Amino acid sequence: MVTLCRHKPCPCEGTYIMSILVDNNTRLIVQGITGNEGLFHTTQMVAYGTNVVGGVTPGKGGEWVLDKLPVFDSVKTARDATDATATIIFVPARFAPDAMFEAADAGIPLIICITEGVAVQDMMRVRNYLDQKKVRLIGPNCPGLLTPGKAKVGIIPGDIAIPGNVGVVSRSGTLTYEVLYAMKNLGMGASTCVGIGGDPVNGTNFTDVLEMFEHDPKTEKVILIGEIGGSEEEKAAEYITSKMTKPVAAFIAGLTAPPGKRMGHAGAIIEGGAGTAADKIKALEAAGVKVAKHPEEIPTLLM
Amino acid sequence: MKLHEYQSKTIFSKYGIPIPKGRVAATAQEAKQIAEELGGRVVIKAQVLAGGRGKAGGVKLAKDSAEAEQLATQILGMDIKGLPVRKVLVDEASAIDQEIYFAITNDRTAKKPVMIASAAGGVDIEEVAAATPEKIVKVHIDPLLGLREYQARDVAVAIDLPRAYWKDFVKIAMGLWQVYSATDAILAEINPLVITKEKKLIALDGKMMIDDNALFRQPDLVEMRDTDEDAPSEIEARRYGLSFIKLDGNIGCMVNGAGLAMTSMDVIKLFGGEPANFLDIGGGAGADKVAAGMRIILTDPNVKAVLFNIFGGITRCDEVARGILAAMEEVKPKVPMVVRLVGTNAEDGRRLLENAKMITAETLADAAKKSVKAAKKRKINS
Repeated sequence: MVTLCRHKPCPCEGTYIMSILVDNNTRLIVQGITGNEGLFHTTQMVAYGTNVVGGVTPGKGGEWVLDKLPVFDSVKTARDATDATATIIFVPARFAPDAMFEAADAGIPLIICITEGVAVQDMMRVRNYLDQKKVRLIGPNCPGLLTPGKAKVGIIPGDIAIPGNVGVVSRSGTLTYEVLYAMKNLGMGASTCVGIGGDPVNGTNFTDVLEMFEHDPKTEKVILIGEIGGSEEEKAAEYITSKMTKPVAAFIAGLTAPPGKRMGHAGAIIEGGAGTAADKIKALEAAGVKVAKHPEEIPTLLM
Repeated sequence: MKLHEYQSKTIFSKYGIPIPKGRVAATAQEAKQIAEELGGRVVIKAQVLAGGRGKAGGVKLAKDSAEAEQLATQILGMDIKGLPVRKVLVDEASAIDQEIYFAITNDRTAKKPVMIASAAGGVDIEEVAAATPEKIVKVHIDPLLGLREYQARDVAVAIDLPRAYWKDFVKIAMGLWQVYSATDAILAEINPLVITKEKKLIALDGKMMIDDNALFRQPDLVEMRDTDEDAPSEIEARRYGLSFIKLDGNIGCMVNGAGLAMTSMDVIKLFGGEPANFLDIGGGAGADKVAAGMRIILTDPNVKAVLFNIFGGITRCDEVARGILAAMEEVKPKVPMVVRLVGTNAEDGRRLLENAKMITAETLADAAKKSVKAAKKRKINS
């Protein structure tokens, strides 16, 4: 059993694994809280009930946001003052690597980076540094996390999902909303939805999240939404074959994508014939995963 | 973003990697003059952003400057994989003893840069990897530490490079690491790196790809961009910050979000249609972006129907609807439009479009079916 819980004190005794990612115990700070995006989504997250405890914008320390959230000049001062357990990053791409390094150095154990467009060499440095510090990163270029009815840390619209027992993990944003919405229409709820992002080098991957879902008592079934590029879906298929007991349904986007072209997401590219949707579907089906023909079909495969 | 061979080699040279003497030419006369300066025996190489130049006849050896002029005339008139040859590189001819493959690229699975080398150079490395994977050496580089000389030496040993060349090889490897780091490369490749009859290591060919997400700090490289391989519609889309890729089908699509845009193409195909493009208008797209997107889609004469699939999260459907209306006013499209709006302010959006003579759909599957039908009907009528 993986013990990833960092609650202090711990109400879950290390069993309620998904809660480390998001629940009502999460104490969240927002990096870039005074920017357009940061402020808009902070408002949305607070309205959803997420426990936002403050934010960071260098040069704006001492100000307040939404009349109740203190703004700090650095992540370190924010953490010292608020005892934050997680941070969400809304800063522009060229500043995002520094924001991630800063959060890791300030001792924040969970970083969610929404920012799209981070340079890949920067991401390799960030990822290797964070691994050494044992810091978990979700994203970048992702919609963040949603535990329906409990907390949202990110930009997934809160009203498109209802609480339930299906874990959702995805490389995409709006495609995930599509699936959550189709689930809701069928009365199917989500335990937690994790957007891992569309970049070629990111933090948490499919296999990490599948492992968490496998050990999460609140999750009974899993939906995986992949796309062309890389080999994370194939690795997920290996994990499902060897370790996973819970049923998994999947959808892979990009069957019609031409090779060698980056399909919007930096990581969505078929390179040297590798990373095709057909290969990924084949690997997942071989692992016993039901693969949907279109996104609205996915929830029906788990009914 | 890809760089031409001559651009890549100029960068290599700046970081101490030996390259053959030579220059780029845009006319046969220039090629002749360069050949004269280099003593006559030269290689004329087409500068196009496509693989397989050699097989297509884009690389030729000239024994004197007269032949150089003649071959340059020939090559400058060629199309290689649909791309016009506008420039040739005229390089001093080298006498080759051995060809080596050497590159630094990103390994997305390992989350690290990787050095790739092979004693079987000069050919397509993917073919070598498929046929004889044991001939390929891979050594990962810690991105926080950078390439260390011992790692380069390890590679030299692993590809059976004679001891006499180790020192020069390490220098080239360290140089290529600097190239890769300084330019935010996704790929910095020397193929082949040759041992000449004069016992020297030289980078005979070079290929580089730069990370588009890092171009903000690479102004010099942005200047080097060659847009020949991009469709004009793709260049136009880039100006508006739209992610657009032209395809061969007849159903245009406009979608918010990359994953959903790809999926919309797939679902069109699933129900018997062919997508004409990939287009992600992005989150929070306003009327101007929507209008630009519609214009770009409709410049393609193949397009017989357009599918709008908008899942409002951050993007508000009423705003997209206003964009569609503004765009229709401006573009006056003559093809049927299928629209599906779901999520934030979808009701308001639908109400706005009520009088716009658009076909509406509830689900993505429904929208795809309706657009396939609309495109077919159009074909029969026109």
